[in-house]
Amino acid sequence: MATYIARRLIQGLIVLLAVSMICFIIFRYMGDPVVTMAGRYATFEEREEVRRTFGLDQPMAVQYGRFLWNAVHGNFGKSYVSRVPALGLIMERFPATLELATTAIVVAFALGVILGVLVALKPYAMRNRLIMAASLGGISIPTFLSGILLIMIFSVYMGVLPPYGRGETVQIGFWRTGFLTLDGIRHLILPAATLALFQLAVLLRLTRAGMREVMAEEYIKTAWAKGLPPFKVIFKHALRNVLIPVVTITGLQFGELIAYSIVTETIFQWPGMGNLILTSFFENDQPVVVTYIMLAAVIIISMNIIVDILYALINPRIRYE
Amino acid sequence: MSERKIKSRILYSYLHDPSAIIGSIILVVFIFAAVFAPWIAPQDPYDLEQLTLDHFLTPPIWMEGGTWPFLLGTDDQGRGILSTILYGCRTSLIVGFSVVAIAGTFGVIIGLLAGFYGGWLDIVTMRLADTFFSFSTTFMAFLFLGIFGGASILVVIFAICMADWVRYARTMRGSVLEVREASYIVAARATGARDFRILLRHLMPNAIPPVFVVLAVDLAVVIMLEATLSFLGVGVPLTEPSLGMMISIGKNYIYAGMWWMIVFPGATLILLVVGINLFADWLREELNPKIERA
Repeated sequence: MATYIARRLIQGLIVLLAVSMICFIIFRYMGDPVVTMAGRYATFEEREEVRRTFGLDQPMAVQYGRFLWNAVHGNFGKSYVSRVPALGLIMERFPATLELATTAIVVAFALGVILGVLVALKPYAMRNRLIMAASLGGISIPTFLSGILLIMIFSVYMGVLPPYGRGETVQIGFWRTGFLTLDGIRHLILPAATLALFQLAVLLRLTRAGMREVMAEEYIKTAWAKGLPPFKVIFKHALRNVLIPVVTITGLQFGELIAYSIVTETIFQWPGMGNLILTSFFENDQPVVVTYIMLAAVIIISMNIIVDILYALINPRIRYE
Repeated sequence: MSERKIKSRILYSYLHDPSAIIGSIILVVFIFAAVFAPWIAPQDPYDLEQLTLDHFLTPPIWMEGGTWPFLLGTDDQGRGILSTILYGCRTSLIVGFSVVAIAGTFGVIIGLLAGFYGGWLDIVTMRLADTFFSFSTTFMAFLFLGIFGGASILVVIFAICMADWVRYARTMRGSVLEVREASYIVAARATGARDFRILLRHLMPNAIPPVFVVLAVDLAVVIMLEATLSFLGVGVPLTEPSLGMMISIGKNYIYAGMWWMIVFPGATLILLVVGINLFADWLREELNPKIERA
């Protein structure tokens, strides 16, 4: 097991190194950093001065080494636009994104699994056909569209929920939370629902498909034949095995969640990381873009490793050769 | 079961599944509309000579202020919503089918070789596939286009393909691993057939069915992805019609009550994706031997 974990960690590090190389290329070659730092109207001598001070005249390998060294120490340079450290800019917005994404994934997972089990037990009942039809709608409406439709219904026509921003927040240490005020919760409802909707439909369909396969297996028939109460058969014997792939896929699709949070934050002007990255793209703010990509990569890769290790722990059939 | 019997069984199940039929009818209608858009559309919304600012922000024709030929109203540039939708469906379907064809072919070849030969090829491609998968197609395409800018439809297709082949490669490899051990493959080998022949004549046809399900689902996913990217402003350029971009323009006018700029392109997009998904659902149940049918 220890070798398995070590192997996964090393693999994760290799991927991170590859990502950092891509980031370095973006930073170095997408727009000339010398022009950006010295200003468009700098003379030749001034540019050479900047080139020397920032070490941009040294060999590529040296420059990459320094980029990596700085990155490991959390130093990704300053934003070209706001002139403050890029990492600080992003970390400031991290709580907003995390609160939105966590709320969405918890809601989506709980509802998706429960509904998925219910539907799988009686796939041809009228009520369950309706749920399946709704879930088809759920996977057929792109996130950006469901967000706008929710704004149209609940903010423009009914005027009951706020469409933009995060509302009133409370600062606790370095963390700015919206969970503690009524206004913050009200602002959270629409974006969280938007972000949860697609995942909910996917999880529901995944659980249903898994349950239908498992319910036809011999060991479930044995469980029924033993006279076990339905609750035990369904939740203890069947669902447990279905949940393994469902949890795995949820964990492995973390990149998807980050991508959809960008969409959601843009629509609701949620002051999170996703909103920042989109504006940084349009402003060619390379340090912020690079920092964001590195951070996202770290999050995604660690999620993967955690899921893989948990999976190996749950499922004894995995061999860690 | 002979091949003929299998074919007639699939045809039978298709003809007896209303959602499969509805799904494919929707898809056919969309393809027809996209191909013949220049002849059906009352206006060419990207021909600047046909645009006049007199007609900007007109409501649909049945409302007060609506005028012919703008059946579903116009946007802030005076482009007819109906015409732009028809042209936008072209973009959606071109991107959708191109990605599915290119990424599908590439992925199937990689999956076939990785599954058949194993070894370092398998390890490298599947590790790469795992990594791409966890970053997700959406995220990778978004980052790529955000950094390099969506200069044209071709760049958008390339960006999506770059991440999307992984789905096909993984599915194909899994399927090849199951089929590889079948006795007819062993038999083919025993008769002295060469690798190339085994791959193409025996493995490929028997391992490919699961890929069709992925392909159908993926078409819907890619069409939604193109709309999302264009909505965010990193997709097709402003000079190309796109359902996503229409909705992004309409978003500026929701408080003005100009719902037609969002509702019509939105409904079109949903209908197209639902149609494809209905068909994909039927295909999945049909090709999955594990499910008990009632």
